[in-house]
Amino acid sequence: MSTPVVQPPGAFRRLLKNRAAISAMVVLAVIVLLALLGPLLPFYSPELTTPQKNAAPSLTHLFGTDLNGRDLFSRVIQGAQVSLIVGLCGALVSFLVGTAYGLVSGYVGGRVDNAMMRFVEVLYSIPRLIIVIVAIFTFEKRLAALINEINPDWVAYSKVIILILCLGLIEWLSMARIVRGQVLALKEQQFVLAARALGQSHARILLRHLLPNLVGVVVVYLTLTIPQVILDESFLSFLGLGINDPQASWGSLLSDGKNVINPVKSYWWLLVFPAAAMSLTLLSLNFLGDALRDALDPRAKR
Amino acid sequence: MFGFIVRRIIALFLVLLIAVSFTFCLLRLAPGSPFNLNEKQSTPENIAKQEVLYDLDRGIPSQCARYLGIKENNRGYYSGLLFSNDPAAGFPDFHRCLKYKDRTVNELIADTLPVSAIIGGLSLLIASVAGIWLGSLAALRKHTWMDSATMLTAMLAVSIPTFVTGPVLVLVFALWLGWLPVGGWGGFLSLLLPSITLAGPFIAYIARLTRTSMLEVLDQDFVRTAHAKGLGERRVIYRHALKVAVLPVVSFLGPLAAGLLTGSLVIERVFSLPGMGDFFVNSVLSRDVFLCCGSVAVYCTLLVVMNLIVDIAYQMLDPRIRLE
Repeated sequence: MSTPVVQPPGAFRRLLKNRAAISAMVVLAVIVLLALLGPLLPFYSPELTTPQKNAAPSLTHLFGTDLNGRDLFSRVIQGAQVSLIVGLCGALVSFLVGTAYGLVSGYVGGRVDNAMMRFVEVLYSIPRLIIVIVAIFTFEKRLAALINEINPDWVAYSKVIILILCLGLIEWLSMARIVRGQVLALKEQQFVLAARALGQSHARILLRHLLPNLVGVVVVYLTLTIPQVILDESFLSFLGLGINDPQASWGSLLSDGKNVINPVKSYWWLLVFPAAAMSLTLLSLNFLGDALRDALDPRAKR
Repeated sequence: MFGFIVRRIIALFLVLLIAVSFTFCLLRLAPGSPFNLNEKQSTPENIAKQEVLYDLDRGIPSQCARYLGIKENNRGYYSGLLFSNDPAAGFPDFHRCLKYKDRTVNELIADTLPVSAIIGGLSLLIASVAGIWLGSLAALRKHTWMDSATMLTAMLAVSIPTFVTGPVLVLVFALWLGWLPVGGWGGFLSLLLPSITLAGPFIAYIARLTRTSMLEVLDQDFVRTAHAKGLGERRVIYRHALKVAVLPVVSFLGPLAAGLLTGSLVIERVFSLPGMGDFFVNSVLSRDVFLCCGSVAVYCTLLVVMNLIVDIAYQMLDPRIRLE
């Protein structure tokens, strides 16, 4: 039996007609490619220190060098790897938790739904920062120890993993609310009734009939969660809780860069290039999210 | 209406109770104790002694009950957030700060909340006025260069963290042009840069919200009716359309106000302001449960009150909505 997927015809075609969306996708593709291929291309190693400290941008060092003489271009590319991974995986964690929570809450309904939504409201009323900081302190050492047992070479990535989990776990609330709202409307429709009359299990109805209908909303929201997680990570870097040196994320590069901005001797490139890379990426993601929403919105005109 | 407000105030107490207890337990469960961070002389006996002194001994539920003031504390009083009969403490008793031991949390909040509230209030004003204005401007001139430029700027503003825009604005307006002070607390001019920096991303967000909702409203029947009965363009937009178009913005302003009024750590660090945000983050880092729960209590109260105001404003703006 096929499920009627509520998706306006030609959504993809409409997306391709949107010039802003096309440019956003091109920019994202370039940044992702640079991040993926960065280690293979003949750039400087992001951790290699040279005697040229705080050198201005030149042909040898395209974006200049930092306080320790490391090539900023390579550091921005490494920052892209870390920030994109954290943003993407963090958003995926929030998607998994939020969708599962919203599906169950909306589908079961009644008192369970009420209790689950009250819990979300309580979490909304606690500043999210407490949860992140406490989670980082609680699990960081344990996770590092665990990873050390599996493979000592991966310990450097434990911070990235903890950030993904923590940021994902605070960003799921809105996703849960949106999914629940959609499920509440969908479960009253005929095809759900029909599936139930055919004797299908609840799990099957949830996964095979309701979930495919949520794809549009969820994809749009996912696209908009990635920039949010990247911004959250940069805020943690500002607090000194994010990625540690010698690893770099855009947040940590910006956080270092803002310290050297002064009118006497400005190493402007340390702020400008990471800021440009980050805002270009977030800008593209936001544009793409908006364009997706327009393309999937059945009421969209033109 | 009256019943609605009463029910909301009861809900406030419930939310407050749950949120504060949750924060309390979370912070007590986290590794590290407020008494052994950065203190070399803290032996286990010393820590135990201090825990008894501050009512942080025995199990976490019992500690939390004593903090809320629903259980007798070690000095034989009921003293806490909900109830206090201790003549030495005020009501609500937020207890002593654990990091700065000569100060009570009540004093700290009384000192820092006004600073944060003034900056937050000003940036809330800037964000809503500028955001609504820019958003409706973009909607009225949709698909022109003005619309695209406004929306591009708005997107850019939400893509850069405030800890970058802050120092850049300081560099330009304070150090190069010398128009505004670099930071610190004193005089109206010193409020401008922090408020604008703080408002930046929210101006953008509100402008986008307003644009979308304005475009939707301009298509509705009552706007066509207003046009048809011969009202001027200005009157149709500002008296009829805008009133309904700002509804999504109003509901966004509720939680935003609670967040802005209780202070932003980034703004306070960049502009060296004595606000609440810095104390709040430090309280989490130093496991200062009393200061942290006190700040959460203030935040929650503001959040619920702001949401109540939003609901009442909704009804005033859109006569089709009735509160039950």
